[in-house]
Amino acid sequence: MIEAIVFYFFAVLSVTTATVVVTVRNPILAALFLVLTFFASAAIWMTLEAEFLAITLVLVYVGAVMVLFLFVVMMLDINIARMREGFSRVLPLGIVVAVIMLALMWSVVTSDIFSLEVMVKPAPRAADYSNTKALGGVLYTDYVFAFEVAAVILLVAIIAAISLTMRKRPQTRYQNPSDQMKVQKADRLRIVKMPSSGEES
Amino acid sequence: MTEFVQPNLIPALPEIVMLVMTCLVLVVDLFLPQEKRGYSLFLAVATLVLTALTIIAVAPVDSISSFGGSFLLDQMAVTLKLAICVITILVFVYSRDYLTDHDIYKGEYYVLGLFAVLGMMIMISAHSFLLIYLGLELLSLSLYAMIAFNRKSLAASEAAMKYFVLGAMASGLLLYGISIFYGVTGTLNIDQFAQVVNDKMSENPIPLAFAMTFIVVGLSFKMGAVPFHMWLPDVYQGSPTSVTLFIGTAPKIAGFAMAMRLLVDGLGDLYADWSQMLIVLAVASMVIGNIIAIAQTNFKRMLAYSTISHVGFILLGILSGTATGYASAMFYTLTYAITASVAFGVLILLNRRGAEAENISDLSGLNDSNDCYADLLAIAMFSMAGLPPTVGFYAKLSVLQSVVQIDLVWLAVVAVLFSVIGLFYYLRIVRVMYFDKPLDREVTIKQALDVKILLSANGLSLLGLGIFPSGLMAYCVLAFS
Repeated sequence: MIEAIVFYFFAVLSVTTATVVVTVRNPILAALFLVLTFFASAAIWMTLEAEFLAITLVLVYVGAVMVLFLFVVMMLDINIARMREGFSRVLPLGIVVAVIMLALMWSVVTSDIFSLEVMVKPAPRAADYSNTKALGGVLYTDYVFAFEVAAVILLVAIIAAISLTMRKRPQTRYQNPSDQMKVQKADRLRIVKMPSSGEES
Repeated sequence: MTEFVQPNLIPALPEIVMLVMTCLVLVVDLFLPQEKRGYSLFLAVATLVLTALTIIAVAPVDSISSFGGSFLLDQMAVTLKLAICVITILVFVYSRDYLTDHDIYKGEYYVLGLFAVLGMMIMISAHSFLLIYLGLELLSLSLYAMIAFNRKSLAASEAAMKYFVLGAMASGLLLYGISIFYGVTGTLNIDQFAQVVNDKMSENPIPLAFAMTFIVVGLSFKMGAVPFHMWLPDVYQGSPTSVTLFIGTAPKIAGFAMAMRLLVDGLGDLYADWSQMLIVLAVASMVIGNIIAIAQTNFKRMLAYSTISHVGFILLGILSGTATGYASAMFYTLTYAITASVAFGVLILLNRRGAEAENISDLSGLNDSNDCYADLLAIAMFSMAGLPPTVGFYAKLSVLQSVVQIDLVWLAVVAVLFSVIGLFYYLRIVRVMYFDKPLDREVTIKQALDVKILLSANGLSLLGLGIFPSGLMAYCVLAFS
């Protein structure tokens, strides 16, 4: 009972906030509502006993990705009106396609094949069962290849991002830590003899 | 506490060698002075040669799996991986002069190309949905960056953007299908999956068919089958020709492998469902590809539509559902990749500094100025059109044979009909080269010796394979025996 209440609360919360994310005009608000969506999804994962994923979602997406995203949104001057151009023109077609897709998927998903009798809920684990430990157990054995490939994908993303954006411009000002370290007192400081205010009077 | 089991790393040795060498190329390239940048190409080719040797060294007699069954090295994987290595070597060597001419000679081209090859190798050997997806993403991500890496070109950025957005959506569809499969069967491993599917089939096949639809859509997008082909012409045209050369050859082989792993290995029991879908996709691809190609004036765009029609043929081989059908589709894919590398290889040589020769009219009178290259391009066009004695004829013949064997004679007739229509635009290229007046401007092709030798060998191999196809065909048959 309490489980159902928790689930429905967070499910409704996540769907509502996700809808707000795509409808609200202000990008900052959209980003903040997305944070709330992530929190609600994390809570739903918690009810599924996937505590590691829930915590990772909050730490990585809320803690890092969304903060970075907010920085970008605030630093860039995004013209919302221009981005929304043509939206109402393609909207009817989009709605028709979406409704057809939804109806088709609805007819499959709500039929008996996905009912609770067929898709049985797995038995809950004991209280001392560690989801994190179980993940770690397979991550470095059965899934070690996939794990490494994921790391390579991230490496390619870094290479791609740097090679697409880095350009050497002579007028760019940048710090040279080596020069900064080697600096001597004589390079920066000039001692000037001046009459003190006391002598003047 | 479960015991830590050390997985068997030997089957994945080619991938490991590839990754280590690629990282080496990346670091070495960083410290090379501008005038010694030629070493990047040398290192990249050395990487591919070393990887190919490792593949031969670890090639098993039958097949060998590792990492909890998620990685499979069988005969098909060995042959396809070797083919990808060889074709990528050709691509890298052909692109060198183009890249230097257009001032975009950067080590990243080779590094990203090598990562793309790594992604393709992973896709070929993957025996779990997770690995197929990861390999595909590694390939796609490298390709997006390769397309956009000429920052001065607006068309390239547009092509990369289109490919990126549509590719992300196709990946999403594929992933959605995979997630439903996981929900229904509880496993991502293709072996176990195929077993569960076998049990579930008798109960209720609808959830599986539901998920399979998304898989087929994602797959046909990545292969470029109609109606999911929209990105292909724009990407072919917009990319630097060196990248078009790459996209147009090796990834086709990976696409074939992905189709085999997903549909045949994983969903073999749902053959009745997906073969129907593939029939629609194959016919649409052959019709749209061949008819729209006629209207093209841009050579790269024409080759893009020609690719779409060839994808239709590859799907014909797969949908026949027999070992001979798979072997003929594999033969078709391999020989198509070789043929495309000749066609794009000649095109890339025609490109001069500051001027992209990419219209069909740019080829006029090529026979007068460079008869050797005109002959090579003519052989490639004959092979794509499927005229004997080139290899394209034998490839088309064997695919048609496998379709006739399963009593789909009407499908074979449609395929032949649209191949004849396709003949028109391939022969038009030959006419333009041999019978049209040469252009006013001087077309001299840079005669780098290694490019000349490789391209000639590549072109003549189309004739050689056409006359003696049994050698390569034996490997294809072996892969599915």
